[in-house]
Amino acid sequence: MRNGPSWFNVTSVALGLAFLYLPIILLVIYSFNDSRLVTVWGGFSTRWYGELLNNQQLLDAAWVTLRVAFLSASIATLLGTLAALVLVRSGRFLGRTLFSGMVYAPLVMPEVILGLSLLLLFVAVDQARGFWTVIIAHTTFAMCYVAVVVQSRLTGFDVSLEEAAQDLGCPPLRTFFSVTLPIILPGVVAGWMLAFTLSLDDLVVASFTTGPGATTLPMKIYSQVRLGVTPEINAISTILVGLVAVVVIAVSLMTKRQEVRRQQDIRLAEAQQA
Amino acid sequence: MAKKPIGPVRRAFAPWEDGNATPFIEFRNVTKRFGDFTAVDDLSLKIYEREFFALLGGSGCGKTTMMRMLAGFETPNSGEIFLDGQPLHGVPPHRRPVNMMFQSYALFPHMTVEANIAFGLKQEGMAKAAITERVAQMLKLVKLEDFARRKPHQLSGGQRQRVALARSLAKKPKVLLLDEPLGALDRKLREETQFELTDLQQDLGMTFVIVTHDQEEAMTMADRIAVMDKGRIVQIATPSEIYELPNSRFVADFIGDINLLECKLTGRNGDSSALRSEIFDCDIEVAQPVEASVGDTVWFAIRPEKVRIGFDKPATTVNRLSGEVWDIGYLGDVSIYHTHIRDEETIRATVANHSRVVERPMSWEDKVWLSWDRDAGIVLTR
Repeated sequence: MRNGPSWFNVTSVALGLAFLYLPIILLVIYSFNDSRLVTVWGGFSTRWYGELLNNQQLLDAAWVTLRVAFLSASIATLLGTLAALVLVRSGRFLGRTLFSGMVYAPLVMPEVILGLSLLLLFVAVDQARGFWTVIIAHTTFAMCYVAVVVQSRLTGFDVSLEEAAQDLGCPPLRTFFSVTLPIILPGVVAGWMLAFTLSLDDLVVASFTTGPGATTLPMKIYSQVRLGVTPEINAISTILVGLVAVVVIAVSLMTKRQEVRRQQDIRLAEAQQA
Repeated sequence: MAKKPIGPVRRAFAPWEDGNATPFIEFRNVTKRFGDFTAVDDLSLKIYEREFFALLGGSGCGKTTMMRMLAGFETPNSGEIFLDGQPLHGVPPHRRPVNMMFQSYALFPHMTVEANIAFGLKQEGMAKAAITERVAQMLKLVKLEDFARRKPHQLSGGQRQRVALARSLAKKPKVLLLDEPLGALDRKLREETQFELTDLQQDLGMTFVIVTHDQEEAMTMADRIAVMDKGRIVQIATPSEIYELPNSRFVADFIGDINLLECKLTGRNGDSSALRSEIFDCDIEVAQPVEASVGDTVWFAIRPEKVRIGFDKPATTVNRLSGEVWDIGYLGDVSIYHTHIRDEETIRATVANHSRVVERPMSWEDKVWLSWDRDAGIVLTR
C-alpha cells in the first residue's frame, strides 16, 4: 500500500479547482484595485466599495433583485412542495406520467424559450411587464427545482408516521403541519435556498419578462459591462460571492454538526443498552 | 366434533363460549381486494371485551390488512366492521377509539419522548396539567422516567418500543392494536416484554389485538388465536386447543413441529377410530371419533414430544413403529431423534435430556421402537 496521494491526483485536483475558481479569485482581487482601469493593478484599496454605496442605480437594482428572489422563492417553495406531495403520495392517477414530465420539463428547457413564451403569454393577456411578471417567471422555473428537492426528501419519508398521528386523533391537515412538514423541512428549506439563488442570478428570463422600473441586478451588471467593466461591478460581485459563500458554508457546517451529534447519540444509546 | 377441555383452563375467562355474550369487535363478511389480489376473503370474526386476541399467519395471509381495516387505514370492499355495536364504515382513523402500535414504532423523530406520548392527548384538547400528569404516569408504566426529554434516535430499540407502547396507551383506547410489536427486539428482551404486555393488558382491562407471524409470541400472550391463510381464518381457538387439537394439516404444521402420516380410515368404533398407514406399514388406534367414512384418506398427526422412543418392543400391536435412528438434533434441553421408518419416511421424537450425560443410550443407526398412547395424536380430515 502506498501512503499519500499520487502526483497525478494532486495535479488533477489543482487543475480542476483552478479551472473552477481562478476567474472568481481574479474578480475578488481586482475589486480591491485602486486603478479605474480594470486590467491594470494600481495598488490595494477599498474605494470601490465606498463608491458602490453612492451608486443609487446599482443599489436600487440590488433591492429589486432581493425582493424578487425572496417572493418568487417563497411562492415556488409553496407550489413545488405541493407538486412533490402529489407526485410521491397520490400513487397512480390518470396523467401522472404527463404531470411529472411537465413538472420537470422547465429544468431542461432552454431559458430563452421559457422567457420568450412567458413574454408572449403576458402580451397575450395584456399584462403590463414589471416587478410582478418577473416574480411569476422566476416562480415558474424555480418551482421545478423545489419539487425535485422536496420529492427526494419525501421518498424516504415513513408514511406510518402520518398514520400514527391520525391514529392518535390528529386530522389529516393538522397532521401535515405537525408531523409531515417538520420532518421534510430541511428539504423545503434547501428548495427555498436553491430557488432564491436561481432567481438572484437569472439574467435571461428576467430580461424577457421585466418592464420599466424593475431592473434586476444581473441585468444592470450586464448592461454596464457592455459599456466596459468598472471596478464597482467587481466590488458588488465580490459582495454577492461572499454572501452566497457565507450562507452555503454556514448551512453545511450546521447540518454536519447535527449529523455528528446524531451519530454520537445513537452510539451512546446503543452503549447504554448493552 | 365435541370439544373436550384439554388440561386446566388458563384463566376463568372465556366469553367466546357464552352464546349470549355480545362481541366487542365484529368483522361481518369482510372482503378486501388490492387489484387482483384478495387480501381478506369474506371473513367473519368476533372479538370480546378484555380479550387478548392474536391474528397469526405467514406473510401475505391478510392479518395486517385486518388490523389496518380496524384502524381505518384501509376500507373493506364489502362487509362491515363493528366496534362496540357501532359500524365503523366511513369513520376516519382519527375519529376511531382504537390506537395502534406500529411495527416500525413510527415515533415522531422531531419530538421528545414526552411530546410523543402527549401527542394524542393534545389532539383531544386535554388540559395541560392533566396531560403532564398522564404522561408522567405512562413514563412510569414503561419505566422510562429518566428518558422523558430524549429524542427517539437517542434511545435503544427496546426503549423505543416502550415509548411506542406508552404513546398508544396514553389515550386509554377501547382497543389497542399491536402490529408485530416485538419483531425488532432480541430474543431475551422479547420474552420479557411478552410477559409484561400480558400483565399490562390484564391490569388495564383493555382489549388487545395483536398481529404476528411468531407462533411463540401468539401462544404466550393471547387468550385466543386466529390462524390465517390466504385471507381466510383456518382456526380460531385458545393456544392449547390450537396446539393439541388443530383442525387441519395447515394449522398442525404451522404451529410447532408435527409428524403427519397419511392413512386410510379402517374402522369407527364409538369414541375411537382405527387407521392404517400403508407407507409406514402401521395400524393406528386413536381415542377420537372422526367425521369421515371408512376407506377415506385421513391424516394422523402426532407431536414429536408425544412419541416414545426405546429399544424394547412395545406390548401392543398397534401405535408402534420400528425404525433406525438416522439423526440426532441436540438442543440442550431436549434432543430430537429423526428416525427412519422403512428406510425412507422420517418420524421425529423429542426426548427431554433429564441427566447431564453426554453419552446417549441411543445413537446413530440403532434399531429402535417408536410408540404412543391412544390419546397422544389426532386425526385430521383436511
